[in-house]
Amino acid sequence: MNKKEESKAAQKDSSQIRQKNMIAAHYSRLARAPETGEKCAYTFVPGNLTELLRSFDLLPVLPEINALQSAMRGKSRDYIRLAEKAGHSEDVCTYVKCDLGMMESGNIGPTGERLPDPDLLLLSYTGCFTFMKWFEILREEYDAPVAMLHVPYQGDGEITDSMRKYVVDQLRNKVIPAMEKVSGRAYDEDRLKEELARSAKAEDDLVAVLESARNKPSPIDAYFGGVYYIGPIFTAFRGSEEAVGYYEALRAEIEERVRLGKGPITPDGEMGPEKYRIVVEGPPNWTSFREFWRMFAEEGAVVVASSYTKVGGVYDNGFRHDPSRPLETLAEYCMGCYTNLNLPSRVDMLVRYVEEYEADGLLINSIKSCNSFSAGQLMMLREVENRTGKPGGFIESDLVDPRYFSAANIKNRLESYFQMIEQKRAGVAARGA
Amino acid sequence: MSAADPKTLAERSEEIYRDYEFTTVRRWKERTGGLAIGYMPIYVPRELLHAQGCLPVGILGGGDDLEIIRGDAFYQSYICHIPRSTIELGLNGSLDCLDGMLFPAICDVIRNLSGIWKLKFPDKLSRYLDVPQVFEPELGGMFYRHELEELASELERRGAKPLEPEALRESIRVFNENRALVREVYDLRIREPWKVPSAELYVLMRAGLVLPVEEFTAMLREYLDGVRADEDRKPMDQARILLTGSFCEQPPLGLIKTLERAGCYIVDDDLVQIHRWLLHDIPEDGDPMDRLVQAFLDDSMESPTRYIDERGKGKELVERVEGSRAEGVIFCAPSFCDPALLDQPMVVKAVEKAGIPWTAFKYAENNGQFQVIREQAGTFADSIKLWSGV
Amino acid sequence: MTSLRYFVGIDLGSTTTKSVVLDEEGRILGRGITNSRSNYEVACEVASGEALIDARFGLIERDLKGRGVGEEECGRLLKALELRFREKQYRAQLDNLCVTIRKILDERKEDPAVVLAADTVLSTMNEEVSELYAEGSSRKSDFFRDLAGSRYLSLAESEARGRGVPYDLLVGLYDKAILEVENMPAAEDAFAAHASAALADLEGAPEALGDAIAAVRELEMIEGGSVGTGYGRQTLPFPKESIRSEILCHGLGAHAMFPGTRTVLDIGGQDTKAIQVDENGIVTSFQMNDRCAAGCGRYLGYIADEMNLGLHELGPLACESNRPVKINSTCTVFAGAELRERLSLGEKREDILAGLHRAIILRAMSLLARSGGIEDEFTFTGGVAKNEAAVNALRELVRENYGDKTINISPDSIYTGALGAALFCWRDHRRTRAA
Repeated sequence: MNKKEESKAAQKDSSQIRQKNMIAAHYSRLARAPETGEKCAYTFVPGNLTELLRSFDLLPVLPEINALQSAMRGKSRDYIRLAEKAGHSEDVCTYVKCDLGMMESGNIGPTGERLPDPDLLLLSYTGCFTFMKWFEILREEYDAPVAMLHVPYQGDGEITDSMRKYVVDQLRNKVIPAMEKVSGRAYDEDRLKEELARSAKAEDDLVAVLESARNKPSPIDAYFGGVYYIGPIFTAFRGSEEAVGYYEALRAEIEERVRLGKGPITPDGEMGPEKYRIVVEGPPNWTSFREFWRMFAEEGAVVVASSYTKVGGVYDNGFRHDPSRPLETLAEYCMGCYTNLNLPSRVDMLVRYVEEYEADGLLINSIKSCNSFSAGQLMMLREVENRTGKPGGFIESDLVDPRYFSAANIKNRLESYFQMIEQKRAGVAARGA
Repeated sequence: MSAADPKTLAERSEEIYRDYEFTTVRRWKERTGGLAIGYMPIYVPRELLHAQGCLPVGILGGGDDLEIIRGDAFYQSYICHIPRSTIELGLNGSLDCLDGMLFPAICDVIRNLSGIWKLKFPDKLSRYLDVPQVFEPELGGMFYRHELEELASELERRGAKPLEPEALRESIRVFNENRALVREVYDLRIREPWKVPSAELYVLMRAGLVLPVEEFTAMLREYLDGVRADEDRKPMDQARILLTGSFCEQPPLGLIKTLERAGCYIVDDDLVQIHRWLLHDIPEDGDPMDRLVQAFLDDSMESPTRYIDERGKGKELVERVEGSRAEGVIFCAPSFCDPALLDQPMVVKAVEKAGIPWTAFKYAENNGQFQVIREQAGTFADSIKLWSGV
Repeated sequence: MTSLRYFVGIDLGSTTTKSVVLDEEGRILGRGITNSRSNYEVACEVASGEALIDARFGLIERDLKGRGVGEEECGRLLKALELRFREKQYRAQLDNLCVTIRKILDERKEDPAVVLAADTVLSTMNEEVSELYAEGSSRKSDFFRDLAGSRYLSLAESEARGRGVPYDLLVGLYDKAILEVENMPAAEDAFAAHASAALADLEGAPEALGDAIAAVRELEMIEGGSVGTGYGRQTLPFPKESIRSEILCHGLGAHAMFPGTRTVLDIGGQDTKAIQVDENGIVTSFQMNDRCAAGCGRYLGYIADEMNLGLHELGPLACESNRPVKINSTCTVFAGAELRERLSLGEKREDILAGLHRAIILRAMSLLARSGGIEDEFTFTGGVAKNEAAVNALRELVRENYGDKTINISPDSIYTGALGAALFCWRDHRRTRAA
């Protein structure tokens, strides 16, 4: 028994170490880029065109990921301060300010190595207005070419032919030529198709991992743990062999937990009994990520589904990258990202999660920085409450600004929320008896 | 006192723009039986609505005297004010006279408001109007044309007239006529700002969001005649400033008055921007739909909501400063306005590079106190006058 | 000796700590309140101690009625007894204060002039006690800190002037001493001692009162359990399973006071809560203000400071207004500036205040809307529920936006959270016993 425990702990470690190594290798490749002559493109997580970049041997750099990494390493406060000192408003997105502060401080990435300047700013304008401003600012700082990809919003909750054509035409006539110019390579559609085929394979496994939370107890936390699971596929690795291998291994690991009837593992170890099953909407806070997670874990609250794990692509609705329609599939991927969905579609998705994952309710972590997520969340909360009959909870924090994480306040609300669920259950049980 | 007295016209305009009952809109509907379609900032193709027999009605929030009861329930404290008051107007019945609402692509808050509208008012037309951020005709142009065609058919499904090219051409002409007068008033303000006080101009333009364009055109004519005839308006020693950042949520009228009283002539601004969004007339020949699309692609004002490529940020503003002979720039943005506030540092850089003095502050549409702004603007105006005297 | 099992609920708030004691039938025995202080444990102890004293008074009343004493007579006797009791209590604390101040003076080897000044102040205070608790007198506060403090400060001011002693020094002395005095829990037998002494002071008290006091004095009170809640509850001196969310406690407490309650609004010092409860007092939805304290009780505090008024004076003044001004911002940061500007524009204080009260209630209205609106019946609790101007604004806005609703405000509304906590405690106890 003991031995088995040990080997399983090692297994868990192996997927995490694997991811860590992948990321470290990527960052050091980036750091060496100025010597090796490899070219890099800065781009965003939602609507990232990783397969396309990879088909040109362009290395992706994701400023959002750099910002959240800075926050987890306790650097964001100083970075944000620097940006505000330079005239950026306290009202606006702290990812942007953290990134600018980092740039000003030497652009040192999470592994302690300097990140290369961009050879291309791939402005995939997907689901977030701020992205456009962000790269306008970076363009002035770096004097790098910008490839603008305007991804239309699903205002009416669907992707029309006109929208698809608009994105495909931009890819073909603007984005691909820009990549050809920067990389010095010609567009190689066969290679892109290979990448896309590997994406689809990894996406199958990712969906299996996320949907494992339907089990009781759930073997994963689909929010706090979820951000690790989406890591490779949301960033530089979609379409790569490493990603395929990672997701195979991760899936096997999670399936083993299901077989053993285990709950999620947290940074503080195995979680206690599952008391609450929660659906969470909104990004996490990164500056106090572990503390935030602990507030859930200590109460026995497991997140069984989250919308944040869909910002870099929604796959649990059946969408897969389709190698037979390379540009169309990229267009549909971009337009299908969570923050590119309209509010009614987002409400539908959350209602489905509460029901299919048999959750106790929806909790919203409302993020000051992110209007794309946050504007309208109070209405969404009411809609989901009304449609599911399950109680909703609401907390507020920020992405990477530690000034907006009030631990006492959040803990207070979370505990009230969990106790409310418990009390409601007791009430229902009492009435039923 | 003649009917053309500009003060009286301004008073009437203020009444119209403060009227939450939208009496003029209701009357228009009774008269014509057409659809009244509300729109949020900044830009919608009013010509198209007009050609289909609809009345475009600009909704720029609830201003400073609307009490927010339910609107705040929809938004966290870190979100700007305009969507709260707009929802309040929706929920308190003020907007019942509208048959639909258009939400142009301007920022994520207004974008998401379109979804709230769909959920809250499922029976009304509510449409997010995506506008291209890529300006090649075969890319953004094609897409935008398609967006407009979809809008036109949706309007038709709701009972508007089908879109006929000749009607659109005529509407373009009607709006060109209006645009020419709008330009004339603004040009007059640049030349003789004492003749066209900004508080007056502002309420006039606000009334123009609600009135049928033909009435607004007549009103502008009347106003221009009145102002030209008014001998009592004499120049004062004020600093000429350009106001920018107020293109969506509007500052309270009191703020505009405060700036003027503090010694500023506002000689250019981006308030009520839709009247001036297109810089020139839309050509009245050729395919009118093409012309409408092309005008948006090529002839729009620079705005933080619009992607600016290689040209670089702030150049247009510097040109506008020169064109209006402004002596300084006031960045005057609503709190939590992403487009304005994210843009500001870039534009400030351009303004500084051009050696133009600037200052900045924030507001909310329902601000009630202007003391700090009065002091700041007064100091700014004084420093400008001091320097120009040297 | 007979005994009685009781259950305590404690609500540790940012400014006051409240306690409610229930008997085994879940009926309220007594309530207690004290200033919250840095030492939460002591605050809880003092509040519970006060609640137990109140409980014993309640028991004396029950006992008296049991002995056939009429309602009116009973009330008169208890009132007289309690006044004398409070006097004894005050004297005991004043003694503590004297001892503590003298100790500090000794330690500091203070200048004789200072010692003399302090002594004079304290002995004058001692002489004034009877007057303070004279028949028909009224006191501004029930807290020793406030009562003694206001006398001390005003006496110290004249002493300082008269003797050329720094006033600040005398104030500092009090501030240091009061912390210690407040943190001294009452002696174990304080109730018995004070009650007996109080009785002795009452001339011509009926024998029944003496008997009732004797019976209650002898009664052994056994704590059956306690549950804590409130702002400071992260550090409440209770085990985790004995801590309940303040939201839940407020919901249940309001339900207990007004069983028809469906919506609860609580405006406290630091936060505002809008709560929906079902027919059993179970919370179904809630909203709290975000991290800024705009529109909370604290905001009124700033306004009072800015206007040089006492907090309790704001409401009555605002009620005099005929033309409330329109105020949009309840931002505590801007409150001062807005206020000064309006005053300088010549607007009347009462009109501004009326506008401010309305603005606070407007904030609360949006929280209520967020939580699901207002259902009949609607219960308003918290410190601001005592403010008449706020209540008026609330009534008006509720009527305008939700139509006619029953609005409940209890004079004991400050104890809502503590009552809920006590009920949770009592329920837990019954459940475990049943199981």
